[in-house]
Amino acid sequence: MTHHLDGNVLAGALSEVFTTDMTAARGRCGGCGHMAAIAEAMVYTDAPGLVARCAGCDQVLATVVDTGDRVILSLAGLSAVELRR
Amino acid sequence: MSAPSVTLGRSRPRPAWHVATVVETRRETPTAARLVLDVPTWPGSEAGAHLDVRLTAPDGYQASRSYSIASATPAGQVVLAVDELPDGEVSPFLVRDLRPGDQLELHGPLGAFFVWRPGTGDRPVQLVAGGSGVVPLYAMAAAHGAAADPAPFRLLYSVRTPDDVYFADELAGLAGPAFALDLVYTREAPAGWPDAVGRLTREALAARTVPAAHRPHVYVCGSTGFVETVARWLQELGHAAADIHTERFGGL
Amino acid sequence: MSFVTRGFSGRRREPDTRLPPGQTLVQDWPVLSAGPTPHVDTADWELTVQDETGTDHRWSWDELLALGVEDVTVDIHCVTHWSRLDMGWRGVSLDKIFEDVESEHEYVMAHSYGGYTTNVPLEDLLDGKAWIATEADGAPLDPEHGGPARLLVPHLYFWKSAKWVRGLTMMPDNDPGFWEQYGYHLYGDPWKEERYW
Repeated sequence: MTHHLDGNVLAGALSEVFTTDMTAARGRCGGCGHMAAIAEAMVYTDAPGLVARCAGCDQVLATVVDTGDRVILSLAGLSAVELRR
Repeated sequence: MSAPSVTLGRSRPRPAWHVATVVETRRETPTAARLVLDVPTWPGSEAGAHLDVRLTAPDGYQASRSYSIASATPAGQVVLAVDELPDGEVSPFLVRDLRPGDQLELHGPLGAFFVWRPGTGDRPVQLVAGGSGVVPLYAMAAAHGAAADPAPFRLLYSVRTPDDVYFADELAGLAGPAFALDLVYTREAPAGWPDAVGRLTREALAARTVPAAHRPHVYVCGSTGFVETVARWLQELGHAAADIHTERFGGL
Repeated sequence: MSFVTRGFSGRRREPDTRLPPGQTLVQDWPVLSAGPTPHVDTADWELTVQDETGTDHRWSWDELLALGVEDVTVDIHCVTHWSRLDMGWRGVSLDKIFEDVESEHEYVMAHSYGGYTTNVPLEDLLDGKAWIATEADGAPLDPEHGGPARLLVPHLYFWKSAKWVRGLTMMPDNDPGFWEQYGYHLYGDPWKEERYW
């Protein structure tokens, strides 16, 4: 049973932090170096926060926790993010 | 200083919160409803984009879920098609309880990855839908038809039974020289249907999609299992990973 | 909250003095997962407790059960707002695990198969407050609920009850685990609604 969706579902949460849509941005996994669109990450939504993992190695790329009055974003698992102007 | 940069082709509305009023709800399939929403502040959206619906109870409790937008709607209006998940918290409410005049909050439009824009080239476009995953792909086909875009479009739609087809009339109306519709029935087909009934196979996918040699842009949307199986088969059939756009649906 | 959608109530939320603030009673058992579900055979399963000398104390599955299994009935409270009351569990008290462990350190990091971590003060694991649980609702724990064994610390929010537990490491400081790094409270008392930082 797979419980994940994908990075398309992050668009709403990330739009609160970034001025540009991030799902088409590409990121490099800090674990294995895999480069992919944020939309292609595996995202676990049935959890206390959104957890985005690398499709190549399962490393946690990003998390989003919604506290109601705050959004707490971690991009600790991404070594780089590329945004097209 | 240089001249101000002009990025009209790529500019898209910033996501924002909007209040929507239900204009109409109707049965789309035995388990899904079509919701027509009046959203005066809605800026319009690209085909394939989605939005987050937020519901608020009288005691302040909130629940939100993502839904694809069912058409490249004009500004001011949003159409959704919502499939009821038996254990869901939001979808049973939207499908069963929502009535004209009710209000919802929407956050969007969202998503720049799983979208198709008219006028971006003449490479063919292959859409592959599993069940309710057809919603954003229908939006792309509708936008393609509305723009009379020259890129050849083809949709392969895997669906359980004829009753479960979303936008059946609209899809039939779009079919023509520029848009080919292929249905695969997994449980039950109309009387006299020539093809085998059953789950999509790699062979059926190969036979009813634009060949890799024609370099189509491919958009796949459905459940996680469907999308991952189809994406793997497409790569085995020679499609480049970069040409395959995927969106997984479910658990929403 | 000024905006309300007519007719929407969400899941039933009945007031109950046994529920901490902001919690909803559920009868089913929702599955939450932050990653792929590990499948660990009890033949391969091992629990390791590591103290500050680097000494590893190890228990195989059979050695764990040989410490003595007990039945407990507890309430559990998930930070995503659901609670279950009077839930039957079976497991080994952490008092038995820590009987032979000498440590000056006051904090513990729980490690799971699959990489999950969560931090808990040692005193919250002792004196009959926590278990290595192997069964719930009268059946062995399914992998999706943390089987073969999970931590059970019912007086804290349920993210502290690490699924697929495989190790406990003594720590001098209360370093944050997985969710505690990403926004959730370092301690997590449901009665004080210690949900977030």
